[in-house]
Amino acid sequence: MIYKETGQYKSTYQSDHAIFPLMQDKVAFAILMIIAFFVVPFVVDSYWEKAILVPFLIYSMAAIGLNILTGYCGQVSLGTGGFMAVGAFSTYKLMTSFPDLNIMLIVIISGFLTALVGILFGLPSLRIKGFYLAVATLASQFFLVWLFNKVPWFYNYSDTGQITVSERTMFGIPVTGAEAPSYATYLFCLTLVVVFGFAAKNMIRSKIGRSWMAIRDMDIAAEIIGVPPLKTKLSAFAISSFYIGIAGSLYFAVYLGALEVTESFDIMAISFPVLFMIIIGGLGSMLGSFLGAAFIVLLPILLKNFMVDLVGLSAVTAKHFEITIWGLLMVIFLIVEPHGLARLWSIAKEKLRRWPFPY
Amino acid sequence: MSVELLNFIETVLNGLMSGIMYSLVALGFVLIFKASGVFNFAQGVFALFAALTLVGFQTGQVPFSHLINELFGTKFHHWYPEIHSFLAIFLTILTMIVLAWIIERLVLKHLVNQEPIILFMATIGLAFVLEGVGDLMWGSDVKVLDVGIPSGGSVWLENATIGLASEGSEYYGMYIDVLNVWATVIAVFLVTALAIFSQYTKTGRALRAVADDHQAALSVGISLRTIWVFVWAMSGFIAMVAGIMWGTESGVQFSLSLIALKALPVLILGGFTSIPGAIIGGLLIGVGEKLAEIYIGGLLDIGAIENWFAYFMALVFLLFRPQGLFGDKIIERV
Repeated sequence: MIYKETGQYKSTYQSDHAIFPLMQDKVAFAILMIIAFFVVPFVVDSYWEKAILVPFLIYSMAAIGLNILTGYCGQVSLGTGGFMAVGAFSTYKLMTSFPDLNIMLIVIISGFLTALVGILFGLPSLRIKGFYLAVATLASQFFLVWLFNKVPWFYNYSDTGQITVSERTMFGIPVTGAEAPSYATYLFCLTLVVVFGFAAKNMIRSKIGRSWMAIRDMDIAAEIIGVPPLKTKLSAFAISSFYIGIAGSLYFAVYLGALEVTESFDIMAISFPVLFMIIIGGLGSMLGSFLGAAFIVLLPILLKNFMVDLVGLSAVTAKHFEITIWGLLMVIFLIVEPHGLARLWSIAKEKLRRWPFPY
Repeated sequence: MSVELLNFIETVLNGLMSGIMYSLVALGFVLIFKASGVFNFAQGVFALFAALTLVGFQTGQVPFSHLINELFGTKFHHWYPEIHSFLAIFLTILTMIVLAWIIERLVLKHLVNQEPIILFMATIGLAFVLEGVGDLMWGSDVKVLDVGIPSGGSVWLENATIGLASEGSEYYGMYIDVLNVWATVIAVFLVTALAIFSQYTKTGRALRAVADDHQAALSVGISLRTIWVFVWAMSGFIAMVAGIMWGTESGVQFSLSLIALKALPVLILGGFTSIPGAIIGGLLIGVGEKLAEIYIGGLLDIGAIENWFAYFMALVFLLFRPQGLFGDKIIERV
């Protein structure tokens, strides 16, 4: 009885097509946004920002990107790390080449550059399918990481091969660099995630999103009803890479500040975790991208706190335990709920709707 | 013969040898993919786990000793000084069989009929579990594995080839690691045994039946689950062989599990479902990689193109033949 739609009539097409058709959803989302924009910035401290909130937002962005490609368009990609590296390095090059450019603009241009690279590496998808494609996307991962590691132009010939962010401001407040206050970096990421999150949600609900899903469900049938596979697959690659590129850009500029490509964008550091996020969260679900990102960001912190601080294991042993538990959880999750956390949420909603009656 | 030609031959030979090593890993993938349709990402970690277990048994380490010591403040290390390699290998094979049974029981059984991507992700989870358990059981330090396979450069070959170069040129003979020669011998033996096994034994024929059609195999009374345990145990065995080879060469450590990533281009080149494909794909990739490293990498003056060149090769190849060299033809119906 809590989550009931009774009495909420829709009299226009607009209200029927709303993202949140129910009053309860609207209110809950509005409260969430108010808290996120007007409460959290005042209470956030450096630990919360660095360990939880900013990584969560960045990974959500990457997860949305991969979900567009894998969840909605059905093209499995293991090259997320490579594309994030493109975002990060284009940000670095833009920052050093055009010192006066606004940071917001730099991040978005990095997204577009990554989209171009994404189209390039999406070309094989027209011919190769399934696992063959998944392995083929690994080519982009290894090639891009190698490129940024071996061609000195990308890291401005620095001796260590590291790239380091310089300070950039928005409205006079630094958002990148060591001096940036916690609330500024948080709000910067949050704004981007909210804006592009809505953009993604709307794309998915419109013609382009429906054609992605048609390709995912059955590409030949989709082609017969007039969905062009070339345009659809490449647009999925482009838009997905755009999001992943922005995530990579933020990962470098806002979150890490300085990084080395082989370490930070390794397949085990980015590509697989982001894939877990969308699978644990729910393939083909916007909510799932966020839930999955939250799960993957929070789990290691909880595990570490529990094992090192409570049980008193050494950090190395705790790390091994973490890997084991991590894998176990993944397997258990896939067995118990292959449709992810988003499905659990919709089951919970159904339960709330009927409560307190059993059916 | 000119020095260039001799160098070229040496590169090709070395490429073929390292290709065999890739094939060994790819073989395990193919077996599992054929029999259960699972793309087993954990194959590399299988090799690591087997190698760790082998070293552990050989040196008589107490499993989980680090953990027990940390929790209870005890000081366990070893319970016997050292045992013969063959006994250790035998014990490792038993462990891999038990492991296969556990995997079938706890994971595969519950995931039958799921989407391939879900199964694939489950094997990634499995890889994490095995990696963590392997480290917890035997510790994460780099270990030396020695089961008595000779290694190091072959002096005989060096002496035999030194005279081949034309008079007056500086040439010191070819370098080939004896270990790689042994790997080749073992791989040839393994593949022959596998071929004979799948052609002439009852279990082998059941295996091929399952690979062809699950439902038809079930309907003639072949137990899918037994076959799965069997296949996973077998690829566990192959992983052990690969683990021994790679472990002898570079020590048993985490990076051993990354050979799975080396084997993937071999797979897409040879096709996921073909055993000859895995072998020939491995050889092609091995040779291509070594030649590219020396001739293209040398030309561009940047190293380490080995990391992605195999993928690139496989990708170009796929554009012409999307199912790989020997893979089943993809037939699409609406």
